[in-house]
Amino acid sequence: MATHSLYPDTWVDSYADYLYNYTMTRVNDREIAKDLVQETFLAGLKSAKNFKGDASERTWLVAILKRKIIDHYRKINSKKGRAEVHMDYAPQTDAEGDWLEQQVADPISTLKSDAFENEELGMAIQECISQLPPKQGKVFTLKTIKGMSTEDICNELNINPSNLWVMIHRARTSLMACLNQNWFAI
Amino acid sequence: MMINCEEAAHICTKSQYSEASFLEKIKLKLHWAMCKTCKGFSKKNARLTKLCEQAEMHSLSDSEKKAIKEKVIRES
Repeated sequence: MATHSLYPDTWVDSYADYLYNYTMTRVNDREIAKDLVQETFLAGLKSAKNFKGDASERTWLVAILKRKIIDHYRKINSKKGRAEVHMDYAPQTDAEGDWLEQQVADPISTLKSDAFENEELGMAIQECISQLPPKQGKVFTLKTIKGMSTEDICNELNINPSNLWVMIHRARTSLMACLNQNWFAI
Repeated sequence: MMINCEEAAHICTKSQYSEASFLEKIKLKLHWAMCKTCKGFSKKNARLTKLCEQAEMHSLSDSEKKAIKEKVIRES
Protein backbone atom coordinates (compact mmCIF):
# COMPACT_ATOMS: atom_id res chain seq x y z
CA MET A 1 0.00 0.00 0.00
CA ALA A 2 1.34 3.40 -0.93
CA THR A 3 1.29 5.52 2.17
CA HIS A 4 3.42 8.38 0.92
CA SER A 5 3.19 10.34 -2.28
CA LEU A 6 5.42 12.85 -4.05
CA TYR A 7 4.78 16.56 -4.42
CA PRO A 8 7.65 17.83 -6.62
CA ASP A 9 6.33 21.40 -6.55
CA THR A 10 7.14 21.70 -2.87
CA TRP A 11 10.48 19.89 -2.93
CA VAL A 12 12.73 22.93 -3.12
CA ASP A 13 10.95 24.81 -0.35
CA SER A 14 10.69 21.80 1.92
CA TYR A 15 13.93 19.92 1.42
CA ALA A 16 16.53 22.10 -0.32
CA ASP A 17 18.15 23.31 2.90
CA TYR A 18 18.01 19.89 4.52
CA LEU A 19 19.64 18.18 1.54
CA TYR A 20 22.12 21.02 1.16
CA ASN A 21 23.31 20.65 4.75
CA TYR A 22 23.56 16.93 4.29
CA THR A 23 25.72 17.45 1.20
CA MET A 24 27.87 20.21 2.68
CA THR A 25 29.05 17.94 5.47
CA ARG A 26 30.17 15.46 2.83
CA VAL A 27 31.64 17.50 0.00
CA ASN A 28 32.40 20.82 1.70
CA ASP A 29 32.14 22.94 -1.43
CA ARG A 30 29.19 25.29 -1.93
CA GLU A 31 28.96 25.02 -5.70
CA ILE A 32 29.34 21.25 -5.85
CA ALA A 33 26.83 20.82 -3.04
CA LYS A 34 24.33 23.04 -4.82
CA ASP A 35 24.73 21.12 -8.07
CA LEU A 36 24.32 17.78 -6.31
CA VAL A 37 21.09 18.94 -4.66
CA GLN A 38 19.78 20.13 -7.99
CA GLU A 39 20.73 16.87 -9.70
CA THR A 40 18.96 15.00 -6.92
CA PHE A 41 15.70 16.84 -7.54
CA LEU A 42 15.96 16.26 -11.29
CA ALA A 43 16.79 12.58 -10.83
CA GLY A 44 13.85 12.37 -8.41
CA LEU A 45 11.52 13.71 -11.09
CA LYS A 46 12.80 11.22 -13.61
CA SER A 47 12.34 8.23 -11.37
CA ALA A 48 9.17 9.46 -9.67
CA LYS A 49 7.23 6.61 -11.24
CA ASN A 50 9.45 4.14 -9.38
CA PHE A 51 8.55 5.66 -6.03
CA LYS A 52 6.69 2.98 -4.14
CA GLY A 53 5.56 5.08 -1.24
CA ASP A 54 7.19 2.93 1.44
CA ALA A 55 9.47 5.72 2.60
CA SER A 56 8.75 9.36 3.16
CA GLU A 57 9.49 11.79 0.37
CA ARG A 58 12.55 13.11 2.16
CA THR A 59 14.06 9.71 2.92
CA TRP A 60 13.64 8.81 -0.72
CA LEU A 61 15.37 12.02 -1.86
CA VAL A 62 18.21 11.47 0.61
CA ALA A 63 18.71 7.99 -0.84
CA ILE A 64 19.07 9.51 -4.32
CA LEU A 65 21.39 12.19 -2.99
CA LYS A 66 23.65 9.56 -1.43
CA ARG A 67 24.11 7.93 -4.84
CA LYS A 68 24.87 11.34 -6.33
CA ILE A 69 27.53 12.03 -3.72
CA ILE A 70 29.15 8.62 -4.28
CA ASP A 71 29.11 9.24 -8.04
CA HIS A 72 30.73 12.61 -7.47
CA TYR A 73 33.62 11.08 -5.55
CA ARG A 74 33.99 8.33 -8.13
CA LYS A 75 34.24 10.91 -10.85
CA ILE A 76 36.92 12.99 -9.17
CA ASN A 77 38.83 9.89 -8.11
CA SER A 78 38.92 8.46 -11.58
CA LYS A 79 40.89 11.45 -12.75
CA LYS A 80 44.47 10.31 -13.03
CA GLY A 81 46.43 10.03 -9.82
CA ARG A 82 43.66 11.30 -7.60
CA ALA A 83 42.77 7.87 -6.30
CA GLU A 84 45.97 7.70 -4.32
CA VAL A 85 46.15 9.25 -0.93
CA HIS A 86 49.06 11.62 -0.84
CA MET A 87 50.64 12.01 2.51
CA ASP A 88 53.59 14.30 2.83
CA TYR A 89 56.17 12.93 5.12
CA ALA A 90 57.07 15.53 7.74
CA PRO A 91 55.78 18.52 5.79
CA GLN A 92 56.84 21.19 8.25
CA THR A 93 60.39 21.15 9.43
CA ASP A 94 59.52 22.55 12.82
CA ALA A 95 56.84 19.92 13.44
CA GLU A 96 57.27 17.88 16.53
CA GLY A 97 58.02 14.22 15.91
CA ASP A 98 59.49 12.79 12.75
CA TRP A 99 57.25 9.78 12.50
CA LEU A 100 53.80 9.79 10.98
CA GLU A 101 52.45 8.14 14.10
CA GLN A 102 53.52 11.15 16.09
CA GLN A 103 51.60 13.50 13.85
CA VAL A 104 48.25 11.86 14.36
CA ALA A 105 45.73 14.24 15.92
CA ASP A 106 45.46 14.20 19.67
CA PRO A 107 42.50 11.89 20.44
CA ILE A 108 41.13 14.26 23.06
CA SER A 109 41.04 17.24 20.70
CA THR A 110 39.22 15.17 18.08
CA LEU A 111 36.66 14.11 20.66
CA LYS A 112 35.77 17.71 21.38
CA SER A 113 34.60 18.61 17.91
CA ASP A 114 33.01 15.36 16.95
CA ALA A 115 32.14 15.95 13.32
CA PHE A 116 29.56 13.19 13.24
CA GLU A 117 27.76 14.51 16.24
CA ASN A 118 27.76 18.03 14.83
CA GLU A 119 26.39 16.77 11.57
CA GLU A 120 23.53 15.02 13.31
CA LEU A 121 22.91 18.11 15.37
CA GLY A 122 22.74 20.19 12.20
CA MET A 123 20.21 17.81 10.68
CA ALA A 124 18.15 17.83 13.88
CA ILE A 125 18.07 21.63 13.89
CA GLN A 126 17.17 21.68 10.21
CA GLU A 127 14.37 19.24 10.86
CA CYS A 128 13.02 21.45 13.64
CA ILE A 129 13.27 24.57 11.47
CA SER A 130 11.21 22.85 8.78
CA GLN A 131 8.42 22.35 11.30
CA LEU A 132 8.17 26.08 12.03
CA PRO A 133 5.66 28.31 10.25
CA PRO A 134 7.41 29.19 6.94
CA LYS A 135 7.93 32.86 7.68
CA GLN A 136 9.36 32.23 11.14
CA GLY A 137 11.67 29.59 9.74
CA LYS A 138 12.84 31.98 7.08
CA VAL A 139 13.54 34.84 9.47
CA PHE A 140 15.38 32.49 11.83
CA THR A 141 17.50 31.04 9.01
CA LEU A 142 18.41 34.47 7.64
CA LYS A 143 19.34 35.78 11.06
CA THR A 144 21.01 32.77 12.65
CA ILE A 145 22.47 30.73 9.82
CA LYS A 146 23.13 33.41 7.24
CA GLY A 147 23.99 35.97 9.92
CA MET A 148 22.22 38.78 8.11
CA SER A 149 21.76 42.12 9.85
CA THR A 150 18.38 43.05 11.32
CA GLU A 151 18.10 46.00 8.96
CA ASP A 152 18.70 43.93 5.81
CA ILE A 153 16.15 41.31 6.81
CA CYS A 154 13.56 43.96 7.59
CA ASN A 155 14.10 45.57 4.20
CA GLU A 156 13.97 42.28 2.38
CA LEU A 157 10.84 40.94 4.04
CA ASN A 158 9.21 44.32 4.54
CA ILE A 159 8.70 44.02 8.29
CA ASN A 160 9.74 46.24 11.18
CA PRO A 161 12.38 45.30 13.76
CA SER A 162 9.94 44.56 16.55
CA ASN A 163 8.05 42.20 14.21
CA LEU A 164 11.33 40.50 13.46
CA TRP A 165 12.25 40.01 17.10
CA VAL A 166 8.81 38.65 17.94
CA MET A 167 9.13 36.12 15.12
CA ILE A 168 12.65 35.14 16.11
CA HIS A 169 11.57 34.80 19.71
CA ARG A 170 8.68 32.49 18.74
CA ALA A 171 10.92 30.50 16.43
CA ARG A 172 13.53 30.04 19.15
CA THR A 173 10.95 28.99 21.71
CA SER A 174 9.56 26.35 19.33
CA LEU A 175 13.06 25.21 18.42
CA MET A 176 13.99 24.74 22.06
CA ALA A 177 10.93 22.55 22.58
CA CYS A 178 11.59 20.63 19.38
CA LEU A 179 15.26 20.02 20.12
CA ASN A 180 14.32 18.94 23.59
CA GLN A 181 12.49 16.03 21.98
CA ASN A 182 14.83 15.30 19.10
CA TRP A 183 18.18 16.05 20.64
CA PHE A 184 19.68 15.87 24.11
CA ALA A 185 17.74 17.99 26.55
CA ILE A 186 18.70 21.62 26.25
CA MET B 1 14.36 50.15 35.30
CA MET B 2 11.77 47.49 36.00
CA ILE B 3 10.68 45.40 33.05
CA ASN B 4 8.14 42.61 32.71
CA CYS B 5 8.82 39.07 31.52
CA GLU B 6 7.77 39.80 27.97
CA GLU B 7 10.31 42.59 27.65
CA ALA B 8 12.92 40.43 29.33
CA ALA B 9 12.37 37.67 26.76
CA HIS B 10 12.64 40.24 23.99
CA ILE B 11 15.95 41.56 25.28
CA CYS B 12 17.20 38.05 25.87
CA THR B 13 16.55 37.07 22.26
CA LYS B 14 18.24 40.25 21.03
CA SER B 15 21.27 39.56 23.17
CA GLN B 16 21.67 36.15 21.51
CA TYR B 17 22.67 38.10 18.42
CA SER B 18 24.67 40.69 20.40
CA GLU B 19 22.13 43.35 19.55
CA ALA B 20 20.95 44.32 23.02
CA SER B 21 22.14 47.70 24.28
CA PHE B 22 24.10 48.15 27.48
CA LEU B 23 21.09 49.56 29.31
CA GLU B 24 18.92 46.68 28.11
CA LYS B 25 21.43 44.17 29.41
CA ILE B 26 21.38 45.80 32.83
CA LYS B 27 17.58 45.74 32.85
CA LEU B 28 17.69 42.06 31.93
CA LYS B 29 20.14 41.24 34.73
CA LEU B 30 17.98 43.12 37.23
CA HIS B 31 14.96 41.18 36.06
CA TRP B 32 16.82 37.88 36.50
CA ALA B 33 17.43 38.74 40.12
CA MET B 34 13.68 38.66 40.68
CA CYS B 35 12.49 36.11 38.17
CA LYS B 36 13.87 32.60 38.15
CA THR B 37 11.72 31.58 35.19
CA CYS B 38 13.27 34.16 32.90
CA LYS B 39 16.71 33.25 34.11
CA GLY B 40 16.06 29.62 33.20
CA PHE B 41 14.71 30.64 29.83
CA SER B 42 17.78 32.74 29.10
CA LYS B 43 20.01 29.82 29.90
CA LYS B 44 18.17 27.61 27.42
CA ASN B 45 18.21 30.38 24.86
CA ALA B 46 21.98 30.71 25.18
CA ARG B 47 22.32 26.96 24.83
CA LEU B 48 20.37 27.07 21.57
CA THR B 49 22.73 29.75 20.28
CA LYS B 50 25.69 27.56 21.13
CA LEU B 51 24.15 24.51 19.45
CA CYS B 52 23.46 26.47 16.28
CA GLU B 53 27.07 27.67 16.18
CA GLN B 54 28.38 24.19 16.86
CA ALA B 55 26.33 22.65 14.07
CA GLU B 56 27.93 24.94 11.43
CA MET B 57 24.81 24.96 9.33
CA HIS B 58 24.51 26.06 5.75
CA SER B 59 21.64 27.40 3.77
CA LEU B 60 20.94 28.15 0.14
CA SER B 61 20.01 31.73 -0.72
CA ASP B 62 16.63 32.61 -2.14
CA SER B 63 18.00 33.23 -5.61
CA GLU B 64 19.78 29.86 -5.61
CA LYS B 65 16.58 28.14 -4.54
CA LYS B 66 14.63 29.97 -7.18
CA ALA B 67 17.05 28.82 -9.88
CA ILE B 68 16.73 25.21 -8.77
CA LYS B 69 12.96 25.53 -8.55
CA GLU B 70 12.71 26.84 -12.09
CA LYS B 71 14.75 23.90 -13.37
CA VAL B 72 12.62 21.41 -11.46
CA ILE B 73 9.40 22.94 -12.77
CA ARG B 74 10.73 23.00 -16.33
CA GLU B 75 11.58 19.30 -16.12
CA SER B 76 8.38 18.15 -14.49
